[in-house]
Amino acid sequence: MTAARPPLPRVIEASHGTGGKMTHDLVEHIFLPAFRNPRLEALGDQAILDLPGLRLAMTTDSYVVQPIRFPGGSIGDLAVNGTVNDLLMGGATPVALSAAFILQEGLELRALQNVVAEMAEAARRARVEIVTGDTKVVGYGEQDGLFITTTGVGLLPPHIDWSPNHIRRGDRILLSGSVGDHGASVMASRFGIALDTSIPSDTCALLEAVLTVRDIPGIRCMRDPTRGGFATTLAELSAQSGLTLRAEEQAIPVRDDVRGLCEVLGLDPLYVANEGKLVAVVAPEDADDVLRRLRQVPETRDAAIVGEVTDDRPGHAALRTVLGALRPLDLLPVEQLPRIC
Amino acid sequence: MKYVDEYRDPLGGQRLLAEIRRCPPAGGLRIMEICGGHTHAIYRSGLDQLLPEGIRFLHGPGCPVCVTPAVRIDQAIALAHRPGCLVATYGDMLRVPGSVESLRTAQARGAKVQIVYSSLDAVEIARSRPELEVVFLAVGFETTAPANAAAILHAQEGGLPNFSVLGSHVLVPPVLRHLLLSPGTEIDAFIGPGHVATVVGSEDYAFLPEEFGKPVVISGFEPHDLLLAVLMLLRQRAEGRCAVEVEYRRAVQPKGSERALAVMGEVFEVQDQEWRGIGVIPRSGLGIRRRFAAFDALARYRGELPEAAEDAGEYVCGAVLQGHRTPLECPAFGIGCIPEHPYGPGMVSQEGACAALYRYRQPGPGQGVAQ
Repeated sequence: MTAARPPLPRVIEASHGTGGKMTHDLVEHIFLPAFRNPRLEALGDQAILDLPGLRLAMTTDSYVVQPIRFPGGSIGDLAVNGTVNDLLMGGATPVALSAAFILQEGLELRALQNVVAEMAEAARRARVEIVTGDTKVVGYGEQDGLFITTTGVGLLPPHIDWSPNHIRRGDRILLSGSVGDHGASVMASRFGIALDTSIPSDTCALLEAVLTVRDIPGIRCMRDPTRGGFATTLAELSAQSGLTLRAEEQAIPVRDDVRGLCEVLGLDPLYVANEGKLVAVVAPEDADDVLRRLRQVPETRDAAIVGEVTDDRPGHAALRTVLGALRPLDLLPVEQLPRIC
Repeated sequence: MKYVDEYRDPLGGQRLLAEIRRCPPAGGLRIMEICGGHTHAIYRSGLDQLLPEGIRFLHGPGCPVCVTPAVRIDQAIALAHRPGCLVATYGDMLRVPGSVESLRTAQARGAKVQIVYSSLDAVEIARSRPELEVVFLAVGFETTAPANAAAILHAQEGGLPNFSVLGSHVLVPPVLRHLLLSPGTEIDAFIGPGHVATVVGSEDYAFLPEEFGKPVVISGFEPHDLLLAVLMLLRQRAEGRCAVEVEYRRAVQPKGSERALAVMGEVFEVQDQEWRGIGVIPRSGLGIRRRFAAFDALARYRGELPEAAEDAGEYVCGAVLQGHRTPLECPAFGIGCIPEHPYGPGMVSQEGACAALYRYRQPGPGQGVAQ
């Protein structure tokens, strides 16, 4: 199916922001050509800066979640944990963050105070300091007007070089816990009128988990499956490694309430966002060691081996369904929208 | 939700598959799954790859998003651009192409559209935003019609002058009759729509065996439900029977839900209905009764709304919707018509045959079944 791809649409649509195929189109056709350089081309969650005598990791992320508060956390927790995790997924120890706030007129000061307090607490737990920032105010809007951009810098030990380029056939795929919790939590809050359920977000920093396993040589790479979910992460790692990351549907943990909500809304939990999970690709001889150590850390105690790397569909991820059929696990072409019935 | 997992246990699935393989139907069996939810579940679980040769699924017209006429989308867009108006609708209606654009692209240009999960959410918006005229774009089969009828009753009780429904409600039995009476239809058996039958009851489908000699099994939506439904159809064939049977016993009663039917009958009446890709089918839809005209957007904004639309569906959307063709036989499938830029509605909803096949298309020859 070699599609003669239509050009980019004339205006930005919501689907451009979901981390799926349309987001990739923007990166490929707009950002990469303009900014092209080898560090950017790696398209990692973080860039690695090899400076004389110093290896730094750098990352940035914007947070626009609505509502700004949901069971288990707030936009403040996400703004710290998300950026900290992007540093950790490269193997770096987070050192410092910046925080830029875009506030809408009409935002209650109390709401801002609460979010800032939660950021401070999250930073304390992740052992980073918020060392610089910025504030801008824009005109009145209809949503809870608070958007945060955080940039993080971390220190990378000399021997760590985690990259999808190192993935090999036969490697194991580890997942640190149940999928879809954060996205389901936010959706349940958003559709609160209709759905009488409260699902806690999994937002947390994965500091302990990464520091516990970082010295194991068989770790090829790590990712946090945030926007676009677990399936999108497997699709990206497959494309970047040229191999097939194949998951077993039966082995992927999904909470009962998350599965129930996704059934009702017609969404696939494998594509629903996580904010406190990691995916690690590990050489087979070290997989059990990584698994055992992850299970001793509270945030990753439900870790499991959920699949392995093959080469039967180069560049594309796959899922073995409960019935034993293999199906592709590709980037979502457009955002998942709640269905009608 | 343990409930759902029982129907996903891999050992149970293998047992059912083995039983299906033990009774291959002589001369093959062409099964139409009527409901788009079934189409999606079949591709998602890979069931189509696992059945023995000779058993084929034909995808039916049961995706409400797919059969909503283009003119209804054009009307919704016109209302979403109207000053002071807000269109509330289900998420998967947003990308359906009208004759020129979709609600999603209209929204990116400033039209006021809001996704809701239920019809009552739309009523709630009208209640909390009295300065807005809220139009609920309501489409669906017998499954969603009762909830949409209830929304109108709620708005009436709450005295909400700023709420109305732009409806496109369709009925399953008339379109099946239409299909079975059309030349070129080759269907041996049906998998009946589980959610619709929960509302209307399994007896609504008695005409399939009685008038047309086609067996039907009403099924749930988990992989095991569908496997069991196929097995039940094979057993009917082997035993020379032809009847309505219910696999989805945990939800479906013979007479359906009395309360849902009563609400539906109070607000709606049967009318002729346009089906996208198929045309007008007599007495195949539900219109809002005259005494609720104040809540009927078609009556309320009459004169301001487009009345007909040029449908860009010159491809084979209609033939695919009726199971005459597979999406793979469409010249546009996956080439120009893709989920980001759907030409026809079958590529929009995940319950559309084209979108489901596109997303879950098989990895490649010889790789379909795991060893």
